[in-house]
Amino acid sequence: MQPEFGQWFIFGLFTVFIIGGGIGTVTSSNLFHAALWLIISLFGVAGFFVLLAAPFLAAIQVLVYIGAIVVLIIFAIMLTRRLMGLREAPNSQWAYGLVGAIVTFAVLALGLVLASTGESPLLVSQPISEITGESIRDLGIALVDVNQYVLPFIVASLLLEAAMVGAIVIAREDE
Amino acid sequence: MAEFLINSGWNPNLAQIVASTLGAVVLASFGLVWVIFSIWLERKFAGRVQDRIGPNRTGPYGLFQTFADIGKLLTKEDITPKGADKHVYNFAPILAVAGIIAIFAVIPFNHAWVGADLNVGVLYFVAVGSLATLAILLAGWSSNNKYALLGAFRAIAALISYEVPMILSLAVPVLLAGSMSMQDIVKGQSIAYVFVVPVSALIFFVSQLAEVGRSPFDLIEAESEIIAGFNIEYSGMKFAMFYAGEFIHAFVICILTAVLFLGGWRGLGAGEPGYELFGFLMLMAKSVAVYAFVMLLRNTLPRIRIDHMMAFNWKFLVPLALVNLLVVTFLARPFVPDYAAAEALVAEGGLAGLVGTIFGAGFIAELPRAVVLLVANVILFIVATQLLHRYGEAQRSKLGVQAVPPMRATAMASD
Amino acid sequence: MQPNEWLFIGIFFVVALVIPTVPIVLAQLLNPKRPSKMKQEAYECGVETVGDAWVQFKVQYYLYALIFLIFDIEMLFLFPWAVAYNQLGLFALVAMAGFVGILGVALIYAWRKGALEWL
Repeated sequence: MQPEFGQWFIFGLFTVFIIGGGIGTVTSSNLFHAALWLIISLFGVAGFFVLLAAPFLAAIQVLVYIGAIVVLIIFAIMLTRRLMGLREAPNSQWAYGLVGAIVTFAVLALGLVLASTGESPLLVSQPISEITGESIRDLGIALVDVNQYVLPFIVASLLLEAAMVGAIVIAREDE
Repeated sequence: MAEFLINSGWNPNLAQIVASTLGAVVLASFGLVWVIFSIWLERKFAGRVQDRIGPNRTGPYGLFQTFADIGKLLTKEDITPKGADKHVYNFAPILAVAGIIAIFAVIPFNHAWVGADLNVGVLYFVAVGSLATLAILLAGWSSNNKYALLGAFRAIAALISYEVPMILSLAVPVLLAGSMSMQDIVKGQSIAYVFVVPVSALIFFVSQLAEVGRSPFDLIEAESEIIAGFNIEYSGMKFAMFYAGEFIHAFVICILTAVLFLGGWRGLGAGEPGYELFGFLMLMAKSVAVYAFVMLLRNTLPRIRIDHMMAFNWKFLVPLALVNLLVVTFLARPFVPDYAAAEALVAEGGLAGLVGTIFGAGFIAELPRAVVLLVANVILFIVATQLLHRYGEAQRSKLGVQAVPPMRATAMASD
Repeated sequence: MQPNEWLFIGIFFVVALVIPTVPIVLAQLLNPKRPSKMKQEAYECGVETVGDAWVQFKVQYYLYALIFLIFDIEMLFLFPWAVAYNQLGLFALVAMAGFVGILGVALIYAWRKGALEWL
């Protein structure tokens, strides 16, 4: 299926959301505004998932990232008085951040290029029209199948429990 | 609609977009029209509950009261407080309404009338609902007011907490229908899920009520504690938008409850091909019935204290929802409805044939599962309420308060 | 999945944003504007505002948000499983019960540690 102008336009729109939101996040001196820019960026990612025919991931993106993680970030910001009062963020570590970002980007780009050119390319191009709602069901079956992902699935739940216990221990330390 | 435009020589893509836009406008306006009506309805209802007449001056039965209010709001000065974060401050009321209206896109009004029957419909409305939560946070933060910020944080903490039992109880209809599409969930309800898993229905309804911030969970606007909460600095039309958002939300939860647990547009042959309008009216009738219940609760129950509200959620609703999910998980699997077998059974005639012709073959297919789960749910409900009752007794005796017997209470009220 | 449905959702979002904007803009055009210093002060029941709007929040809020996040992620696993439910065997049910059970234990831990108290 040849991408049409409309699809390119929507793709471009979401790209603007993601990159614009990202730039807003890192340049805004007000932490609360940074969190709001992050929402725009995450929303763009959700749009990408829709374009990739993964509506489940899009819904999860909005629900978990925008609905929960951003709220968590904002709560964390409100807990720290020093950061809220600031109008100018004194950032002495931007050089390290830049290096980190470049390295991460390079690794990701390299990985994508290698994965798509090797003997058995990981990137399978499949027309969107062939992907149906059954994929959610397949995901559900694969999650709890002995031969597939049941072990990572249970480990994930233990990880979640560990995260919660850790947070409670740290938060209650001072009492 | 789209076909008509294509046939009259339009570009297919453009026709699609125009048709979608028109559909979206009609569907979204439905919410606004409802608000205009429901504000009047609710004031009339509150009036009757409180032994008053309610609005009765503007138009017959005061029906035009809301229009008078709109006129007043349009000409009211809009004050932006000093130090407010202007863009965020102006965007918050828009998002509050938009997040709620967007839910209408996935509601099936009958077998054909649905904005978009997404295969993740259930998750869609939860996700979009969380945008409205975000609006409260934006409003509270951008107002530059201590009460607004406090109110917003309290509200967010309560809203996200009540999302947990909502999601857990929502998994049960998804599990029974085997689909996240709202339309499939309605089609799976030859027996309305409220008769199959009443505990889930109750948890869902209560947590949705809390999401709206309606009494008895109206801590979001606890005027005696934090004056009005997150929207304290808003006036004029912007305040009205928060208000309208709440009214639409209150009705949306009734529609959602009707769709997910009361069989949606089904019932009495409604919604079948040829009876589209009847299906729509059936859904509306069910929703309005739930809405009447919501209004009754709002006008008769006192506000719950915030710590009690949180404790009720985390220490009662969430564990109950978890246990309920486990019970359904293990009991429902052997009784997955076999619609083909039920059709065959009905075709054979006899008693099954008689029942099948009255209630439909789907009824017979779902009957065993419904009976098993209903019994389990009733037992679960009795155990849970007994625990709650014991806890209440223990708390009262700790405080040295005598529980007032019901007879005594009526006698005191009539004094 | 039909891309058209998502096109509708996208358009619906735009319409949903426009609808509340219209009355607000309309009111801006119609209403009187007489700002004064007193009017624009933050409302605190008539008492003059002291200090910033920022107040110290308790760590409690953060804990609630975190527990919520964990249950939200649980849902990520729960819903595909629920969709596939009618085709699953006993092992799959036990696996999910284990998953829910572990989270139940986490909830009990939070309860016992008093992380669920609203102080």
